[in-house]
Amino acid sequence: MTAREEILGRIRTALGPDRAAPAPIARNYRTADDRSAAQLLDVLTDRLEDYKATVLRCAPSEVAQTVASALQATLGEHPEADVVVAPGLPADWRPDGATEDDGRPAVELAGYAATVTGVSVAVAETGTLVLDGSPVCGRRALSLLPDCLVCVVTGDQVVGGVPEGLARLEPLAPLTMISGPSATSDIELQRVEGVHGPRTLLVVLVG
Amino acid sequence: MPAFGTGSGAVALRFRYRKRESAMTAVFLGIPTAPRDVGHLRGDQSFPDAARGALRDGQLRANLGHATSTIRAKRARVVGEVPDWAELREAGRAIKAATMARLDEHLIALEEQVTARGGTVHWARDANEANAIVTRLVQATGADEVVKVKSMATQEIGLNEALEAAGITALETDLAELIVQLGDDKPSHILVPAIHKNRSEIREIFARTIPGVDPELTDEPRKLAMAARTHLRERFLRARVAVSGANFAIAETGTLTVVESEGNGRMCLTLPETLITVMGIEKVVPTWRDLEVFLQLLPRSSTGERMNPYTSLWAGVTPGDGPQDFHLVLLDNGRTAVLADEVGREALHCIRCSACLNVCPVYERAGGHAYGSVYPGPIGAVLSPQLTGVEDNASLPYASSLCGACYDVCPVAIDIPSILVHLRAEHVEAQTRTTPEAAAFRALSKVMSSPRLWHLAQRAAGLGRFLARGKPTLPAALPPPASKWTRTRDLPTPPRETFTQAWAREHGR
Ligand code: SF4
Repeated sequence: MTAREEILGRIRTALGPDRAAPAPIARNYRTADDRSAAQLLDVLTDRLEDYKATVLRCAPSEVAQTVASALQATLGEHPEADVVVAPGLPADWRPDGATEDDGRPAVELAGYAATVTGVSVAVAETGTLVLDGSPVCGRRALSLLPDCLVCVVTGDQVVGGVPEGLARLEPLAPLTMISGPSATSDIELQRVEGVHGPRTLLVVLVG
Repeated sequence: MPAFGTGSGAVALRFRYRKRESAMTAVFLGIPTAPRDVGHLRGDQSFPDAARGALRDGQLRANLGHATSTIRAKRARVVGEVPDWAELREAGRAIKAATMARLDEHLIALEEQVTARGGTVHWARDANEANAIVTRLVQATGADEVVKVKSMATQEIGLNEALEAAGITALETDLAELIVQLGDDKPSHILVPAIHKNRSEIREIFARTIPGVDPELTDEPRKLAMAARTHLRERFLRARVAVSGANFAIAETGTLTVVESEGNGRMCLTLPETLITVMGIEKVVPTWRDLEVFLQLLPRSSTGERMNPYTSLWAGVTPGDGPQDFHLVLLDNGRTAVLADEVGREALHCIRCSACLNVCPVYERAGGHAYGSVYPGPIGAVLSPQLTGVEDNASLPYASSLCGACYDVCPVAIDIPSILVHLRAEHVEAQTRTTPEAAAFRALSKVMSSPRLWHLAQRAAGLGRFLARGKPTLPAALPPPASKWTRTRDLPTPPRETFTQAWAREHGR
């Protein structure tokens, strides 16, 4: 007998011949949010700042400029090409002279100082940005290796809670949920921001 | 210890009896529990013996008291702000119960979906078989080093030791796991395996073991975290194989999930060419929608955050993004034996948040090592004895005061106290050898049913007053076997006169 057959057989034995149909799941928790878009942006900002991320709000026409000045404030004077952007990032979001991720070996991305990507969904209540591997978000290594991550979020991408966020996502895509810069609480349970992932998270909220 | 089974599962020492409540007879099912010769589910000492040592360690108690009170407060705050926590908790409980009721079907669906998306699924009857599968997969890549994401399942099966025996270095990358590995120590908490170490102890371990570490390294947590970042960075970038666990696996889509904080998980799940995920069979959940419940329950219960910094989800292989060779190892190792117990199976619902550890007065004082298993605290007290068979972890069901705090905080409402009582009953029932305690109770019941013997016994109790020498309780140092009882219980000094003696003196007979 293969291990597969044996384990499945054990499960059937354990559950016995007369298994009752499982009770239906009562989903009486919140699955919608009646807060206005402006309120949700405020909640998202509050949550992200609580994680020690920096939030910058701007009009749709000001994205590239906001991204550039945020990078300037974080990195100081830096070569423009040290910033790498997701291949599908709109042209008018890109800081001047940025490098586009061209699919080079992932480990080479570690040589860049900062990354700029879009997101797929943002969940206000938990301060979560979701990247889905689409061209505007880039592959997973892109938002991981450079030490500073800039995410551009548009107002229509912001939902209230986790259920609404997951409902908008494609379960087969490589998804990364990001809630603040990388952190650890492993030493005396004291939170320290910045371990292996980007130590700085800048969020540009559009609208 | 000799190897009893080599993964075939054919030679297992302990078997589970499942009780069909209606028939009231134990039906022999022949489902093996976790093998004895491998892994970390059994301690060298019983819980009371191990705890006695821990209780004498003042530093350990101070570290634990500080850490658990911090995390309790954080959890209470973020759980308190969720208006529908009770509804989420109930949904979490119901999803897990429904999953277990159809576990075979969900695992088959998961296998189908993972395979359809380019992954390979392996089934492992026990720890030995899982270790052999992972070792073979690593060897096939030619790598002699793997990076690891913190995983309870791989700790349970002793994977690192098995890899080491095959000449493969397993590098733990979670900060706390790294501390434990560098310090040649054992994990003592599900979430924060180095919770028993304070910052200066950690600094000392890093200074001693990390090659080329800054000699000026201080014990500031930020500095220590940066030392770990520098130490591991190079290794992540050169890693060819990663081994992970999984928090959830979604049957209908084949999506796997790892919930983490530091980004070490993302490094392992993204950069190597080969990813091997070892997952207990109970981690499957039926639908994508179910994740909306657990991703709310887990972070708030475990680290006390609204959301953990990083959650990675992947289904099979994505061309051009992440590992191109993905293997999923589905591990039994006693889980089906747990499933066979209609009361005890609820322990399989655990999402390993560790909230029950943090509120447990016994855990807070004894620490994680005293439980002897990689699963400490209240959940360990119900899970470990079921995975191994209760006779191999017989003291664990008693490692609790039944105060109920664990049940109150459990995000999936596992009724740990009831399972503890159930396991105690099972243990007592299974005992064929007479213990001094059982003999004492049998003798007591005989004495109490005879008025003459009872009077004699009460008079003899006067001897206790002599031993107590005027103190309110009897000394702990009674000779054995009585010492076994008095070591952990205060026995009141018998009164000068029994009630019947006083009645006879005042009223005559
Ligand atoms: S038993 Fe409940 S509280 Fe304890 S670790 Fe598991 S899920 Fe968390």
